[in-house]
Amino acid sequence: MDMMHAAPAPMRPGPPLWLLAELTYRCPLHCVFCYNPVDFAQHADELGTDDWLRVLRQGRELGAVQCGLSGGEPLLRDDLEIIVAEARRLGYYTNLLTSGVGLTHERAAALKAAGLDHVQLSFQDSTREVNDFLSHTKTFELKQRVAREIKAQGWPMVMNVVIHRLNIDHIDRIIGMAVELGAEYLELANTQYYSWAFLNRDQLLPTHEQVRRAEAVTERWRSELDGRMRLFFVAPDYHDGVAKRCANGWGSTLMMVAPDGTALPCHTARMLPGLAFPNVRDASVRDIWFDSEGFNRYRGTGWMKEPCASCDQREQDLGGCRCQAYLIAHDPAAADPVCRKSPHHAQVLAALERAQAPREQPIVFRDRASSLRLSPDAAPTIAR
Amino acid sequence: MSGTPIDGTIRPRIGAGFRLQWEPAQDCHVLLYPEGMVKLNQSAGEILKRCDGARSLDEIVRDLETAFNAQGLSGEVQAFVEIAAKQRWLQWT
Repeated sequence: MDMMHAAPAPMRPGPPLWLLAELTYRCPLHCVFCYNPVDFAQHADELGTDDWLRVLRQGRELGAVQCGLSGGEPLLRDDLEIIVAEARRLGYYTNLLTSGVGLTHERAAALKAAGLDHVQLSFQDSTREVNDFLSHTKTFELKQRVAREIKAQGWPMVMNVVIHRLNIDHIDRIIGMAVELGAEYLELANTQYYSWAFLNRDQLLPTHEQVRRAEAVTERWRSELDGRMRLFFVAPDYHDGVAKRCANGWGSTLMMVAPDGTALPCHTARMLPGLAFPNVRDASVRDIWFDSEGFNRYRGTGWMKEPCASCDQREQDLGGCRCQAYLIAHDPAAADPVCRKSPHHAQVLAALERAQAPREQPIVFRDRASSLRLSPDAAPTIAR
Repeated sequence: MSGTPIDGTIRPRIGAGFRLQWEPAQDCHVLLYPEGMVKLNQSAGEILKRCDGARSLDEIVRDLETAFNAQGLSGEVQAFVEIAAKQRWLQWT
């Protein structure tokens, strides 16, 4: 072993400050960039109310402070109000991440009474046509209604729009719409290419030119708004050539619990081969966080190979995304291929090259039938 | 946000959508907001926990001076309140 590059033993991590409860994979929408696993239909089993309440208590005891309630569409759980009330009672800041479908006035009032702190509402686009096409639903007007309901309840509203080739040129209008609806924050989240977005990558990946224009428009709005609405432009890592930390560092901040109770360090880690992730039905949040193989495997820098192991950026990016390494380099311990130093970076460049002259091909909507078709025994989809 | 300019009579309170709480696991006060958290140092925590919308800034300063057996904290507290208002951590009418 090269002692020069021998990493120190990983430090004991701090608490999982962010507990993200993915309450269900059921969803009325069929978004083409969904980050739920492609094989979600094979994990239809859902934790019961008591399981979730136990997870919340155990997480809070460890020091978790932010609780995200997500999915799928979390409003499809009829025990959502019970879960919110317990999370709030325990001292979490409670965040509901929703498509808005099902957020009636009655439901909103009940969630407010339960102590819900904040609602993040997803939009697909500023136009009805693209919104309804991408989600494969007629939900554009509904989302506008829900945005008004969120304001009426006095919640801070984060609007989240996943950005890709089909809506990136509308970014000026998207920001204008968020201002009109009274959002406090707008997240312009460039698509991360895993799961369904990876299947549809050739249709979704924007060109460099599009990304540059969108950044300029965002910058113009930012100075015009002068802090009245906070704008976050989540940079696309394919275009930057720079790897980003996985969820602020694998096993450093986030614990995600999937609908069936599987505990994961990020949304998509379940796809990684040769790694067992524990289930909250069998183990405590404490044991999972500190002692499970799944959470320890890619913590820190000790697991790295070259070029990461000797890279001067290794403490900053922590090697980037393990799922992206697996999807593109077929090795979860490889450098994230979006990094210019990765020996597999050419495949990212080739995908960007294809974005310049996209071919017509069918887009895959996230639905149960496609999930079952694409997941024979959870075999992952491998890069072309 | 913070309607009037800062003087000793304003009665600051924690901004809408923010929550201040003590976190034993982190041994500090934190300010929570949608999907985020600010860890506060001791003086920021001591100032913010007194911003209840009832006490005036003058009263807060006096209270801090008593609690920490110090004098002339007004300038420092006012500077912090100004920054906090810009971040929307504090608001007043």
